[in-house]
Amino acid sequence: MTTPTVTATPAAGAAKPATAADPNRLRRRRRLAQWGFVAPAVVFMLLFFGYPLVRNVVMSFQHYTPKTFFTGESPFNGTDNWSNVFQDALFGKALWHTLVFTAGSLLGQFCIGLALAVFFNRRFPLGGVLRSLILLPWLVPMVVSGIVWRRILDQDTGVLNTFLDTVGLGSGHTPWLTSPNMALLSVILVNIWIGIPFNMVILYGGLQEIPKELHEAAALDGASAWRTFRSVTLPMLKPVVTVVLVLGFMSTVKILDLILALTDGGPADATQTLGTLTYQNSFVQLDFGAGAVVGNVLILISAVFAVFYLRANRTEGK
Amino acid sequence: MNSSTDESYHRWDAEAMARCGKQLGVTIEQQSVPAAQVMTKALRMASSKSLPDIIQFDASEMPTFADAGGLVDLKSIGLSTQDIPEGIVDFGSYKGTYYGAARSVNTLALFYNKDLLDQAGVPVPTTWDELREAAKKLTQGKRYGLALSAGGAEDGVFQFMPFMWSNGGDESKLDSPQVAQALDYWKALLADGSLSKSTVNWTQADVNDQFMAGNAAMMINGPWQVETLNTDKSLHWEIAQIPVPKAGDDSVGPLGGAILTVPNTGDEQREKTAGKIVACLSSQQEQLTYALNSWMVPANSKAAAVWREKVPELDALADQVAVARSRTAQLGAGWSSVSLALQSAFQSALTGESSEAALKRAQQRATSGN
Repeated sequence: MTTPTVTATPAAGAAKPATAADPNRLRRRRRLAQWGFVAPAVVFMLLFFGYPLVRNVVMSFQHYTPKTFFTGESPFNGTDNWSNVFQDALFGKALWHTLVFTAGSLLGQFCIGLALAVFFNRRFPLGGVLRSLILLPWLVPMVVSGIVWRRILDQDTGVLNTFLDTVGLGSGHTPWLTSPNMALLSVILVNIWIGIPFNMVILYGGLQEIPKELHEAAALDGASAWRTFRSVTLPMLKPVVTVVLVLGFMSTVKILDLILALTDGGPADATQTLGTLTYQNSFVQLDFGAGAVVGNVLILISAVFAVFYLRANRTEGK
Repeated sequence: MNSSTDESYHRWDAEAMARCGKQLGVTIEQQSVPAAQVMTKALRMASSKSLPDIIQFDASEMPTFADAGGLVDLKSIGLSTQDIPEGIVDFGSYKGTYYGAARSVNTLALFYNKDLLDQAGVPVPTTWDELREAAKKLTQGKRYGLALSAGGAEDGVFQFMPFMWSNGGDESKLDSPQVAQALDYWKALLADGSLSKSTVNWTQADVNDQFMAGNAAMMINGPWQVETLNTDKSLHWEIAQIPVPKAGDDSVGPLGGAILTVPNTGDEQREKTAGKIVACLSSQQEQLTYALNSWMVPANSKAAAVWREKVPELDALADQVAVARSRTAQLGAGWSSVSLALQSAFQSALTGESSEAALKRAQQRATSGN
């Protein structure tokens, strides 16, 4: 859905001069050249974003099974896939889990990331070293983090429970990943840990951009630290905040690898999200039509969010 | 194409293929992809008409591919089922057609730490009551009596099968009392504290790690762990058949293993050659070599007899294989939805729900999934 918006802008700009005046050769050649520059991007978008998107939408209305790969036949079955998926109790659960997971992850990542960014914005000895150390979770592949955390959170032999037991906090038997009531929370906590560096780095960059004079002026006016943060830092940081949240949303809402590595969607489907459900429908049950339905819902959610983002950007531009 | 991504398996297969290639005057190229990707990769190859000449599937996946019309009847290209026990022929068959030749098969057994059992004076359990009693006695401090996998993937379902089947349960009726009893038995082990609460999050490899680390005195697992188990010389383990509900019941485990299939490429000449290669790879001699390497039981009964003499410590496994059942014999391509429903059910039950309610929902989900 974002595709046409992005490509339409240059196309509209290029079309204007042609309708305006008599089309002499020079102008036509220029227009051709402009199109020449745009064309690779358009072709790329259509081929790698447009085609799969359309294909996925079409597939969600087809009876698409392993047989299709041999016969090439995938009869249309109307809205059967859609009604099957929506009637499945698991879909509602997965949708809810996805929303909770996304909201919880973003909130945690952003708050801690912002706090750390503000903290590192002051210069102090070893600040640079510490800042680069905090980047580490970002460098570790998602699946590796997942597997390591699964061991850390093990109920009996995990490091976390052993630690809590030793310092006398908790019973030492917290069922982090083994209780359906706790698993989603644990998965969110791990994802927050993974997302902090990204949030911190971008927000830190944003903070560095804010002119020092503004803070000095606020200090001269007698504003408290909290007041300065609220009335100077945050408003100046707003564009960066939008970027961080949108990018964070995009990468969080489609979560798959982390959950597969941590819980495989379990226990008792407590951590099934739209991502894992798509995977399960398409690649475990090999019902590609149903998988496409869930995938489309996921795309739709992202698209709605993308529209908000574009609109927010446009008003800001004015 | 196979899933021999482990170095040792890849090498054993390469050696076997080299021997067969030499014998038949052909060169065989081996392509290995991770086990979970064999099916999707094969489907993609089918739609681009670039299927390999032989695919090794996990037997539980074969019906899906066969159902789509992707496999050649092995008997039509010259393979025979002579000397192969009926159960294993069924294992490689779908709707009465023999599509897959097994080289070796495996199933689950009860592995126990001999030293720990001797110390506690606990005899090797043979019935559910004995197993529960033994597990209770062997649970001490940080050590659990028994470890098994109830993870949310095929691993957990595979492990539930021997309990469900030995109790007379059936995969087409998940809401029957027999299945509920089997699940209640798992719940009882958990309630006794004989099983770790982490059971629902463990794969079979995790279970093996726990057993090797001394965190469990007994475990349910398969022969593919033997090579890892043998790396620890101080660990004295032995195996027995999985305990049954009442003395005298048959211990029915799930058959596992990979089978060699010939995909339908339309090129008769190549399919015939592929048939010869499959015949060679699954010949008595090759089966024995492969089985001795991988600790699995040869499919061919003559090879299995020789194997028993060579690996007497795994005798119990050979007995278990002889009566083991294939997961897909009854449901074929419908197995995957039952498996998913069952995973969700036993995880719900082990974390608090009643077995009956969880299984009732599973049965509804399995039927609507088709």
